[in-house]
Amino acid sequence: MAITFFFYLFSLAAIASAMLVITARNPVHSVLFLILCFFNAAGLFVLLGAEFLAMILVVVYVGAVAVLFLFVVMMLDVDFVELREGFLDYLPIGGVIGLILLVEMILLVGTWAIAPDLIAHTSTPTVGDISNTQAIGQVLYTKYVFFFQMAGLILLIAMIGAIVLTMRHKPNVKRQVIADQVARGPATAVEIKNVESGEGLQ
Amino acid sequence: MIPLFQQIGAAAALPEIVLAILAMILLMEGVFSKSITPGAIRVAAIAAFIVVAGMIVWKSGTGTVTAFGGAFVADPFARFMKVLALLGSAIALAMSGRFLARTKMDSNEYPVLIMLATVGMLIMISANDLITLYMGLEMQSLALYVVAAINRDSAKSSEAGLKYFILGSLSSGMLLYGASLVYGLTGHTGFTDIGTALAVSGSNLGIIFGIVFIIAGLAFKVSAVPFHMWTPDVYEGAPSPVTAFFAAAPKIAAIALFCRVMVGPFSAISHDWQQIVVFVSIASMVLGAFAAIGQTNIKRLLAYSSIANMGFALVGLAAGSVEGIQGVIVYMLIYLVTTLGVFACVIAMRRKGVYVENISDLSGLARNNKGHAFVLAMLMFSLTGIPPLAGFFGKYFVFLAAIHSGLFALAVIGVLASVVGAYYYLRIIKIMYFDAPAEAFDQTDTEVNWVIYAAGAFALLFAIFAQPLLQLAAGAAASLY
Repeated sequence: MAITFFFYLFSLAAIASAMLVITARNPVHSVLFLILCFFNAAGLFVLLGAEFLAMILVVVYVGAVAVLFLFVVMMLDVDFVELREGFLDYLPIGGVIGLILLVEMILLVGTWAIAPDLIAHTSTPTVGDISNTQAIGQVLYTKYVFFFQMAGLILLIAMIGAIVLTMRHKPNVKRQVIADQVARGPATAVEIKNVESGEGLQ
Repeated sequence: MIPLFQQIGAAAALPEIVLAILAMILLMEGVFSKSITPGAIRVAAIAAFIVVAGMIVWKSGTGTVTAFGGAFVADPFARFMKVLALLGSAIALAMSGRFLARTKMDSNEYPVLIMLATVGMLIMISANDLITLYMGLEMQSLALYVVAAINRDSAKSSEAGLKYFILGSLSSGMLLYGASLVYGLTGHTGFTDIGTALAVSGSNLGIIFGIVFIIAGLAFKVSAVPFHMWTPDVYEGAPSPVTAFFAAAPKIAAIALFCRVMVGPFSAISHDWQQIVVFVSIASMVLGAFAAIGQTNIKRLLAYSSIANMGFALVGLAAGSVEGIQGVIVYMLIYLVTTLGVFACVIAMRRKGVYVENISDLSGLARNNKGHAFVLAMLMFSLTGIPPLAGFFGKYFVFLAAIHSGLFALAVIGVLASVVGAYYYLRIIKIMYFDAPAEAFDQTDTEVNWVIYAAGAFALLFAIFAQPLLQLAAGAAASLY
């Protein structure tokens, strides 16, 4: 009973916030609703028993991706209102097309005979009574060490690529070198001049 | 160290591990060593390719060995294709040096990216699991996106990189969708397990759906029609040595992966994918032949030529027999050498220090540089498929396999497309020999000259030393079944 309640709560909140992402006038509000949507999706994952995925969703999508979106939205001067001008005007025709597609799909799927022993043909891993995180931890560095290392190498390539394509060595830029600053003593930093009275500095 | 590798079941992947580690060492050298130059890193990278190729030939055992619990396989087929890919990378890298230095694009990271792309290719060739397949493909592609845009101050090069990246991501998405369907319906990601499961259950609609999406993703990587749209723009926009690299090694890896995926896990339902491959093959041959006719830029022309060539190679795969796979291997070997030779000629097109790439710039080459004109003419004849030259044998074996498998229409259309293709190959020869000579090109760099004459010698003399290569290819093809 409680699970059903939470399922509908999370689902409704997710759908409502997803709707608000595309209808909100202020792009910052859109991103904030996106974050709300992610949280609700994470809640749905918890209900499914995929608690590791739920936590990863929050950490990666809310912690990194959504914050990045916020940065981009705030830093780029994109007039989203102008970009989306008339976007909602297409809702009726889009809705009609969607409805036709839905009817077609229902007709198609309705006549689709699913093999009665489908479950026997498809196999999903049986988890037993250990938690997701533990199950992943047991295979990530043993059975899947190759894939793990490859993923690392792919990320390295992505990093090299980003640096190669964007970093520029500008020879005339003055940079702060802390070591040089600290190493300055009276001998190099101070110049003592005898100023004649009434002459002023040259 | 070796016992450790054996313990985690990694011994068969030693060449890949060595190449990846060498790439990382060179990366660190380039960043931290003040005295190292891009040239030194390039030479070291070429040496690394040769060492790893030697390891594959002599040190990675014989027969079929798997690593990492079956996710990675090293068999004669993989060894043959890996040596080809390494050769392609090494030669493309050797040709790139002075070009990049002259056009001020030289960087320490370029050879490292080529090395990491090659690691991806080796993993693709050895993929025996859907996850390995995807990750190898992504590793190779990510590095390729970056080198396509390596001339970041040029709008064309940036466009090439961006276009390649966006379309490549799309194709990766399709491939992943197909892979997820296959996984969902068979319950396995390993090719061997999928093969066993499909042999029991036979084909069904979902599996065919999955195969179609996987083929779409792979067709993009080999630039086969209808997923070829990126090829001309990327070939034209990327700097010439990068284009030479694109046309050579990644194609070997992608075709090898294509063959392995089709005849490995899906061999039990080969009649389902055969017709798709036949369609892709015919469409590539025909489009490549007709679209190249109107081109004025030699790199765009070669892009369409490579689309057509992939179509011919896929004829062998469509045959779905050991003979067909042998044809594909021989075809790719000949394609690799010929393409590198032609691109060496393109890189040699430099007038008063500026690289030119119009077909009309070649006019009268025969009077300015007899040697280059002769070799380029021979390579063009070879691409056309004129008998004693290498290209003829490539086409001969794939068409023979198609006929033996009863695919007569495919073979006939292929020969007709090849006749249409002859028009634009012969046009280049006509421009070189009969048009009024343009100003002579600058002195060609030694290494580019070497590649040109070596490719010319290969194309001319292939018939003489073909026998051992054909036997190797037959052994490699047999290992796939």
